[in-house]
Amino acid sequence: MATRVETRPRTPTRAPARAAQTRRPRRRWVKPVLLWLAVVLIGVFCLFPFYWLINVSLKTGPDLSSADLLPPSPSLENYSSIFENSDFTAALRNSVIITGVTTVLALLVGSFAAYALARLRFPGKFWLLAVILSISTFPAIAIAAPIFKLWTDIGIYDTYIGLILPYLTFALPLAIYILASFFREIPKELEEAALVDGATHFQAFRKVVLPLAAPGLVTAGLLTAFFVWNEFLLAVTLTSSPDAFTVPVAVANFTGSQEFEIPLGTISAASVVITIPLVILVIIFQKRIVAGMTAGAVKG
Amino acid sequence: MEAATAKLGRPRGRRRYGSGERRLAAAMLSPALVVIALVAAYPIGYAIWLSLNEYSVRVPGLSRFAGFDNYTEALGSPEFWNAVVTTFIFTGISVALELALGLAMALAMHEAFRGRGLLRTVVLVPWAVLTVVSAITWRTIFEPNLGLAPQVLSTLGLPGADIVWLGESGYALAVMVLADVWKTAPFMALLLLAGLQVIPDDLYDAAKVDGATTWQRFLRVTLPLLTPAILVALIFRTLDALRIFDLPYVLTRGANDTTTLSLIAHTELTSNRLIGYGSALSVLTFVVVMAVSLLYIRTVGGNIRALAEEK
Repeated sequence: MATRVETRPRTPTRAPARAAQTRRPRRRWVKPVLLWLAVVLIGVFCLFPFYWLINVSLKTGPDLSSADLLPPSPSLENYSSIFENSDFTAALRNSVIITGVTTVLALLVGSFAAYALARLRFPGKFWLLAVILSISTFPAIAIAAPIFKLWTDIGIYDTYIGLILPYLTFALPLAIYILASFFREIPKELEEAALVDGATHFQAFRKVVLPLAAPGLVTAGLLTAFFVWNEFLLAVTLTSSPDAFTVPVAVANFTGSQEFEIPLGTISAASVVITIPLVILVIIFQKRIVAGMTAGAVKG
Repeated sequence: MEAATAKLGRPRGRRRYGSGERRLAAAMLSPALVVIALVAAYPIGYAIWLSLNEYSVRVPGLSRFAGFDNYTEALGSPEFWNAVVTTFIFTGISVALELALGLAMALAMHEAFRGRGLLRTVVLVPWAVLTVVSAITWRTIFEPNLGLAPQVLSTLGLPGADIVWLGESGYALAVMVLADVWKTAPFMALLLLAGLQVIPDDLYDAAKVDGATTWQRFLRVTLPLLTPAILVALIFRTLDALRIFDLPYVLTRGANDTTTLSLIAHTELTSNRLIGYGSALSVLTFVVVMAVSLLYIRTVGGNIRALAEEK
């Protein structure tokens, strides 16, 4: 189906459209104008709130209460002050390490499982996949209390590993699903050729399938990293100090401590700093990310 | 692990699997399954056990089996039912708005125009913004007096300028819905766009030849063929909305009727240190979410089967 859509000419509807125009001549300009209006509205809706946050982050003092679209006297003061805040820089370091380690582990463990599910023959595959996928729908709150208690008992509360383990669990289902979809698209003949040449199944996986599935690894890795960077409930439950808390917790704490005078400028600057890396990744990898997001949704 | 995998299967006697292949499959699956079993399945069981006990960190040594007391207490407490109502209102309104807005955005993005790729990137920006940051952004915009929203409303002479949005029941929930819709309507749009792209153009051409108007083509061709994508997108979003925690935590800490199921359980567990009662609330949340999750697995069952079947 999809290939047929692609091979069709771009404007297959010109002839009937022209016939309609003779009846209703207004139509020719109404549609493009409405479309452009919609496009502009969508663009403003999507970008303006974040732009506003950047705008606020560049303001200081009395400017903060102005509704100007541009900061009257832009200043990077808020940014320099958050980088002098050791809690914030510690959280940045924690988040980078926790996100990096979780992503690498999810890809490693996930690609093994995905290969088995996509290629190897064994019974009970459907139920196994269904169970794995249903894990991704678990509410984090349901495991927060037992894990909090367990981690306190075995001494990994408020540590990196204490966050990496549950993150890995929640990231694996999606990673496995995306990777399995990618592995299935790789022609089986390539592996069979390797098997004929005397390679084992595992060698065929490592030397043939994995390199070819690089785009899938990028997609699954990006979605895992976004999930971990963003996660808040477990981070706020399983950490209590700058030793382990991650950026969303640090930024949310910024606000909690100052109830009467919310430091708008610095919170905004910190929020911008932790979001910009993701926005850059989205710009670079837009196609990969959309492919991953829709992999589970509209196949077949 | 191998035994577990083997037990799950229903040998059909149709074909014998190579035992080497099966062993490799078990070996490759076991790391993932061990992690999932230890950090998801076991804690859920433990949560159920905790929920049957009266237990408090505040009172050392207090730990006794309480049967279903925690559940009776939860089901009899107005706070719990408030959280249920808030969660469902929030889910219903935000998912409905996201569907309407997402569908409109998807239809616009499906048209051919220059800059379509750019628009798709732009649409991903809210999705990339952390939920906590989205909450902070909208809180900044609705900051009483200083914020953009009150200032714009007062300049335009519209009502709402003098309202402390996050300080009043109803209005606070509205800001929460807005923050959620902003962040996730684009996600919905991209899922629906992917659904639109697999509808063959021939069907539209045929409908046109038969004299169908744009509206009729939308109702009779687009909507029915888009239904599977809409269902999956709706269930995805419903699951997320039912679990919502970050937004009320940052926006209001649950004040002014914005306490959701996840937030009330979290508050009882961490602030009030009621492990048993909090666990009961967590388990109840789990039950509600898993009911929707079953619906999800049923809906995408075809996809899973396609992935599981032999090629």
